[in-house]
Amino acid sequence: MAINRQFRTCPDTGFKIHLPADKLIKWNAVTAVVFLLIGGIFGLAVALTRWPEVHLLDADLFYLALTAHGLDVLLVWIIFFEVAILYFASSVLLQCRLATPWLGWVAYILMLVGALITNVAVLRGDSSVMFTSYVPMKAAPDFYLGIILFAVGALLACFIFLGTLVIAKNEKTYEGSIPLVTFGALTAAIIAIFTIAAGAIILIPTLLWSVGYVGSIDTVMYKVVWWAMGHSSQQINVAAHISVWYALAAILFGAKPLSEKVSRTAFLLYILFLQIASAHHLLVEPGLSSEYKIFNTSYALYLAVLGSMIHGLTVPGAVEHAQRKKGLNKGMFEWLRKAPWGNPAFSGFALSVVMFGFLGGISGVMMGAEQLNIIIHNTLYVPGHFHGTVVVGTTLAFMALAYWLVPVLWQRELFLPGLAKWQPYLFGIGMGLASLFMMGAGTLGVPRRHWDISFADATLSHEFPAAAYLMMGMNGVAALIGGIGGAIFVLNMVGTLLLGKKKQPAPAKAEEETVAQGPIAVSGSAGAVSVPGTFTLALIFLVTFILYYFVNWNYLAGVWGLS
Amino acid sequence: MAIFPPPQRVWWRERVEKTEVLWVTLALTWALVMFFMMPYWHFAGDQNLSNEAYRVNPEAYAAKAEAFAAEHKVREDATSGMPVVHPPAGSDVYMIARLWEWWPILELEKGQTYRLHLSSMDWQHGFSLLPENINIQVHPNYDMVVTVTPTYAGEFSIVCNEFCGIGHHTMVGKIFVK
Amino acid sequence: MAEEEIKTGGGDAGEPIPFMQQVLDNPFLLLFLGITVPTVTYIIWGVMEVASIPVAQ
Ligand code: HEM
Ligand SMILES: [Cu+2]
Ligand SMILES: [Cu+2]
Repeated sequence: MAINRQFRTCPDTGFKIHLPADKLIKWNAVTAVVFLLIGGIFGLAVALTRWPEVHLLDADLFYLALTAHGLDVLLVWIIFFEVAILYFASSVLLQCRLATPWLGWVAYILMLVGALITNVAVLRGDSSVMFTSYVPMKAAPDFYLGIILFAVGALLACFIFLGTLVIAKNEKTYEGSIPLVTFGALTAAIIAIFTIAAGAIILIPTLLWSVGYVGSIDTVMYKVVWWAMGHSSQQINVAAHISVWYALAAILFGAKPLSEKVSRTAFLLYILFLQIASAHHLLVEPGLSSEYKIFNTSYALYLAVLGSMIHGLTVPGAVEHAQRKKGLNKGMFEWLRKAPWGNPAFSGFALSVVMFGFLGGISGVMMGAEQLNIIIHNTLYVPGHFHGTVVVGTTLAFMALAYWLVPVLWQRELFLPGLAKWQPYLFGIGMGLASLFMMGAGTLGVPRRHWDISFADATLSHEFPAAAYLMMGMNGVAALIGGIGGAIFVLNMVGTLLLGKKKQPAPAKAEEETVAQGPIAVSGSAGAVSVPGTFTLALIFLVTFILYYFVNWNYLAGVWGLS
Repeated sequence: MAIFPPPQRVWWRERVEKTEVLWVTLALTWALVMFFMMPYWHFAGDQNLSNEAYRVNPEAYAAKAEAFAAEHKVREDATSGMPVVHPPAGSDVYMIARLWEWWPILELEKGQTYRLHLSSMDWQHGFSLLPENINIQVHPNYDMVVTVTPTYAGEFSIVCNEFCGIGHHTMVGKIFVK
Repeated sequence: MAEEEIKTGGGDAGEPIPFMQQVLDNPFLLLFLGITVPTVTYIIWGVMEVASIPVAQ
């Protein structure tokens, strides 16, 4: 393979950037944003349909839009962006040439073509099977084919990432261990490889079945293996966006991890245990034992949750630590009050940390308890939960990173910096509220993926309480706010690329200087400034978590006896 | 910084700051509490799924359900024309999920226990008993047995909460508890 | 600044790398673990349970 030694030096960060990697990062990121736009429009249409007074789409279009929404945002947007992150965390952070850039283009094209094929299948109207495509409901063969091509592309990207790690090590472009952010990206890549392998095991037979070569697919077996992909892919997101958190803490504050050892061990817990929680999609399926469910749904004694709670302390802790070193030492929270709340890279990051924990994290662990799942499964609570993880957690973290990354890579000023200031708040708070309202409606029993909870054309009917209708309306309003926030993001990114002013080479902005200067904060181990503010916030989180968890057991105790 | 390699060659022996140690201890304790809550509920709680299930073919299951309904039918429901079936306490009760109905309508007695069988004739469906909010996945080719004890009298609905095609949102069933 | 840390940060050049650090520095070992654990405890165990669901009389 051709050894490509084209590098440029980034004027903002001092990083040496491999040009082919630069180009791949750009294209993957831009494609991601385009699919976020498409998927977001579908999402908005879905939310407006579920707003009873608006009821935008007809039933068939609603189910079509919901299928497209799930695929375009969950798969295409997130994974394209993650590929960009993988290339960034390996090639840029290790100051190394990217392994086999040509294969990166093959991966890119496979992913793009795959995404387009599946989108066409869905838009044609004969494959409205939801992104989960539970058998024996059948989609057209190209629906599965597109997803498989997409996955193969993503797998190649993971290999390129690993290859780059190898090259960097051999060529000694860094000393000692890889950076923590790269380690987090490695965690994501490992989970991704498992995810995609599981996807191949289940989607290839399903494709053959859809063509007619395979007689039938066992429905429970399908779910076991499908969720090894479906759930693990969410865990890629978690690992990736936590790496992004660490990266932003470093970039914006020069923050150093409190302890490399603790943070890396937390990632190791992810590598070992995060993926087995795929079982929380199987808690009310027939025929699986409680031993299987409990062991797997709990990530083996909740060790991966432990990992997340560690990151939940160490990420804001690193920021507090760095801020205190700079002298923002007054009281508990001066470090936080005086953080750059007007910088969207920071506000998006901060909201992402807080909302991922409080909305997505707590709800997910709660409903993943074996018995508690009975009162949650397939209600609107579930989408409420994962808009708390993958939207206000992952998507918002990626947006925050983009505010820093896009101007740096393209050397352009943000297109609409004024609006960008507000964007994380609009998107984060809008979608955060949507997440809460969906969870609320779910506790009242409102089903997910449902076109009409008034059952107007059903023979028998069920009357939901007025509160359920109210929640669905509020969800619509919140989705509109979030949608505006999403639109501003896309506009800003596209605008920056097409119309953004070229950056003046000097002088670099204050927060970017810190990157060039190297670490401000010294090692966080013995004798370091402690982080009382973060610890207080973490305790508030823990108390909320405990209360909410037991409230739900109490609620469960009130329903019909089941044995 | 997290975007650079760790400055120390050996970082594993780094002393961990006490806030972190304390937090890890608290979090681990909480993790273990949550873990043991699940087995604990199997002993102390009244809401556990039995995980009893059988492979079954849809025709055989339908035959069982129809025989069951014929035997214990008490009347016909005025709105839907569906049989209303009142099985004896403690017995096996069969419910069919199919596009797009829950068949038949059941009439159960408060405080009595029943072995409720659930299976689908076609695609997957979601058994969502409202307003209780008990949710169970229903598969074709599998007969899942749930032992239920209604604790309140009243009219309950079964709303399908697994997407099952264009009529999904019309799939509603009933259970009356006396 | 960075150089200072390398000097003071811990571990002289001769100190052996601790076992756990070696594990965490080995991407392919981690890859192996990250695939084996879920394949065994989640997929294989799960598939075996489904396969052993009895047939109704
Ligand atoms: C403008 C932003 C968004 C809005 C208004 C929105 C709204 C919604 C609504 C109302 C549902 C339907 C719930 C149901 O009927 O079952 C939904 C489903 C879903 N959303 Fe979003 N969403 C948005 C962004 C996102 C993003 C960014 C992601 C992922 C990164 C995402 C992932 C999903 C997934 C996976 C589903 C489930 C689809 C299914 O049940 O098959 N959404 N969304
Ligand atoms: Cu149904
Ligand atoms: Cu349905």
